[in-house]
Amino acid sequence: MYKMVHFLIGIMGFPILLFAQDHHFQKTDTFKNIDLENVVVIAQHHVANKKTKVLSSLDNYLESNTAINMVRRGAYAWEPLLNGMGTERSVITIDGMRIYGACTDKMDPITSYVEITNLSKANIYNGSSGSAHGATIAGNIDLMRRKSGFNHSGFKGTVFAGMETNNWQKMLGTTMQYASPKFYTDIDFIYRDADNYKAGGGNKIAYSQFTKYNISAITGFKLSKHEEILASLIYDKAIDIGYPALPMDVALAEAFIGSVQYERHHITPNIHHWETKLYYNQITHIMDDTQRPDVPIRMDMPGWSKTGGYYSKLIGKKNKHHWNANISGHFNYSLAEMTMFSNNPGEKDMFMLTWPGVQTINNQIFIEDKIVISNMLSLSVHAGIGNHLNRIKDNLGYESLLIFYPEMSRSRSRWLKNAGYTFSYQTKKWQHSLGMGFGERAPSVSEAYGYYLFNSADKYDYMGNPHMNNEKSIEINAATGFAVQKLSVKLQATYFSLFNYIIGKPQASLIPMTIGAKGIKVYEQLSQAHIINTSLSAAYRFSKKWQLSGDLIYRKGMADSLDLPQIQPLTYRTTLQYQYAAFLGEASMNGALAQNNFSALFGESYTAAYTVFNVSASYQIKIHQHKINVKAGVENVFDRYYTTFASWNKVPQMGRNVFINLIYSF
Amino acid sequence: MNLIKFAGAILLVIFFASCSKQNINITKINETDSLQLVTSFSNDTHHFTIYTKNGKLQQGYNKIYFQVKDVNNQLVQDLSASWKPIMHMITKSHAGPFSAIQKVTNSHGLYEGYIVFQMAGNDTEFWDLTIDYAINGNSYSIKHKLNITPFTKRNVVSFKGSDNQSYIIALIQPTTPKVAINEIQALVFKMQDMMTFPVVDNFTIKIDPRMPSMGNHGTPNNVPLTQTAKSSFYQGKLSLTMTGYWKINLQLLNESDTVLKGESITDEIESSSIFFEIEF
Repeated sequence: MYKMVHFLIGIMGFPILLFAQDHHFQKTDTFKNIDLENVVVIAQHHVANKKTKVLSSLDNYLESNTAINMVRRGAYAWEPLLNGMGTERSVITIDGMRIYGACTDKMDPITSYVEITNLSKANIYNGSSGSAHGATIAGNIDLMRRKSGFNHSGFKGTVFAGMETNNWQKMLGTTMQYASPKFYTDIDFIYRDADNYKAGGGNKIAYSQFTKYNISAITGFKLSKHEEILASLIYDKAIDIGYPALPMDVALAEAFIGSVQYERHHITPNIHHWETKLYYNQITHIMDDTQRPDVPIRMDMPGWSKTGGYYSKLIGKKNKHHWNANISGHFNYSLAEMTMFSNNPGEKDMFMLTWPGVQTINNQIFIEDKIVISNMLSLSVHAGIGNHLNRIKDNLGYESLLIFYPEMSRSRSRWLKNAGYTFSYQTKKWQHSLGMGFGERAPSVSEAYGYYLFNSADKYDYMGNPHMNNEKSIEINAATGFAVQKLSVKLQATYFSLFNYIIGKPQASLIPMTIGAKGIKVYEQLSQAHIINTSLSAAYRFSKKWQLSGDLIYRKGMADSLDLPQIQPLTYRTTLQYQYAAFLGEASMNGALAQNNFSALFGESYTAAYTVFNVSASYQIKIHQHKINVKAGVENVFDRYYTTFASWNKVPQMGRNVFINLIYSF
Repeated sequence: MNLIKFAGAILLVIFFASCSKQNINITKINETDSLQLVTSFSNDTHHFTIYTKNGKLQQGYNKIYFQVKDVNNQLVQDLSASWKPIMHMITKSHAGPFSAIQKVTNSHGLYEGYIVFQMAGNDTEFWDLTIDYAINGNSYSIKHKLNITPFTKRNVVSFKGSDNQSYIIALIQPTTPKVAINEIQALVFKMQDMMTFPVVDNFTIKIDPRMPSMGNHGTPNNVPLTQTAKSSFYQGKLSLTMTGYWKINLQLLNESDTVLKGESITDEIESSSIFFEIEF
């Protein structure tokens, strides 16, 4: 395995043409049609938001990035996979804030606790370059808060409403902002309510309803010319969420996400910016099966997660160096319970802790430097190290795990390191980048300390393993972009070689807990696994009015000649857009080839190819300061019945859906 | 300066914290303070008070304490005694396994021993206890009817082994089971005749805890019960992965590891013919 690494290092030594996936620094934009940076624009009124269905879920927005695809367990709270890897291997942050989901079954990724109205964009950092906010292998999705900033725009706002016919989803909301040179505030609210959706062909998918409320506020004060403070609060509450792919639903998923931030600019000629943030967030997730008529046994599985943290970041420039340094830390407490109610009357309830009250304390430092070597060539280097401590606080939880690991100690500390570099080379028409990185991560709470967590896909109960070492990865990324006036093409590839790859393996000697489970899997480490991500994006502008764009994505994941789970087959999407004055019309097609490289061990099976067609149009009416956007369309026009490779338990996707979005802005 | 104040404050806190730990209240503890009165009875010369940890005598293993006072209400500090519990059934009588009586170490006049009641009493069938005792060379006897309450879960099993010998296994620990690896203790007795139940040594009790209402869920890292010394309790480890109702399936093995009673649990055999029950 190290031979391989040396070989790779050898390759990387070549001074090849490179270009950075770098987001901390500005770049001259030669691409006319494709975002060079890995950014998903979400704010509704951002010029770059070309989406016709502006009120779609955050999940839909994120999925437009070629590095991201979604595991779907229903209509709500899809789990983002970044570079073919799940949320244990990625770090998802909101303005740099760490949040830990409170669901042991991954029903509440961080992205489910924010709304499109809260955000302006999502920055996507691939691989170890995303380690600024915590140790990661796959990278970091940093969701950026929407804020109007200090300017003269005064009072502005939007009121919007939307409707989708497939599941009768109703959306209603508003965003309000007031901005002055010394003070600004943004407040927004959104409400979504959906019934069960219908799959292609018209079959209702039971338990796919949801209701969600989200309200957020952010306020900035200018203390002096170069100093400002910022306070932000997001409150998100979803109730009665159905998960048709799972045996349980969620009665309540609730999050408070708050922060205060101090910023100072122009500190010294070499230090431009200093930003310090304190944050706290708290999540309550109540999973139950009260809506399901037939269950082998009734159970409640509530979970709680509390996270607090800070970061302090300096950005500066000296000669050819554009650098930033970030010190950050957070603590988290994750607790989840399971209570089962026996079918035999009079028997006492069965109670256990599925997350045994696990405390995580993490402190780290991350530095990054972009060196402009010449007009065309630049080098970006990053490195970081952090200390990661886990401690089981709850006595019952600790004693429960001692049953499996009589020798285990209550706490474990580890060092997590990362480093990497990327060369970027840029001419007028071409951009190239080549880089390499090293990243490490600690096992997640479930992987290290999970207690009988049932996976409904492979039908195994999963047991955590506290004795695992760091999972490590060496990644190579390369990208080539070509852009002229009418055409842009971008080819990206990332190869991850993962060492000590964490995956559950069956333990025949252990007896499962969940009724109907096939057995128990204990998390173990494979010496090596490989994941390759490739994508091709292209756009061609025929004329001022017509544009054709498309993406092609392919991933492959292997370990010991076996396919890894949840790896995307060849997926494509193409959009033909017509734009004339205030009218925008588009027809799009998306689909995937059959999934033949599935992981049967993980409960996956063959998934057939599918293609789905969509049409939509939007029109803007403008009267003085008032604008009304009308956006409407039909998704899955031909009502195709399909599942994606990442549809949990093959839950079929939504059939034909007619949507209308109305946005009034002033 | 601030730092010095801060450090001073911390030192003070540490100082008081460590002091308070040493302020252990040393008062004379009444010997029966940690016990609860079950019953008391008298004959012409002495008054007996019977105690257990929970104030009850129950089906199964009972650790029993007693004190004896004379007519002047003085605690008898030196006696030798033996006891015999007898179950009076409609057609026959039999005893139960019991230990010798010992004075509790360092006590003034508290005596202890155990009795295993294989069954509870009812309106027509009852237990009584005879204590024969001697004080200063004079012998006495006292007999009293006992109220043995049924234990809702099975904590004692009696059966005939494949060696044609009748045995009794009584569960002693855990009395307060936890979601953890519990210490489990039991005693094995042989029924020599209806009145004699000696402790059996050098056997092994295999355990397999299961949850029938959870698809017969079972647990890892259980350790069979064995003795550490002759006539001592059998000790082992019992893993309980959650609260609720557990069936502790048993297998009794003799000194040559031959199974005398009980079956291994498989998909087909969901329960052993001998088992304890624990619910918490």
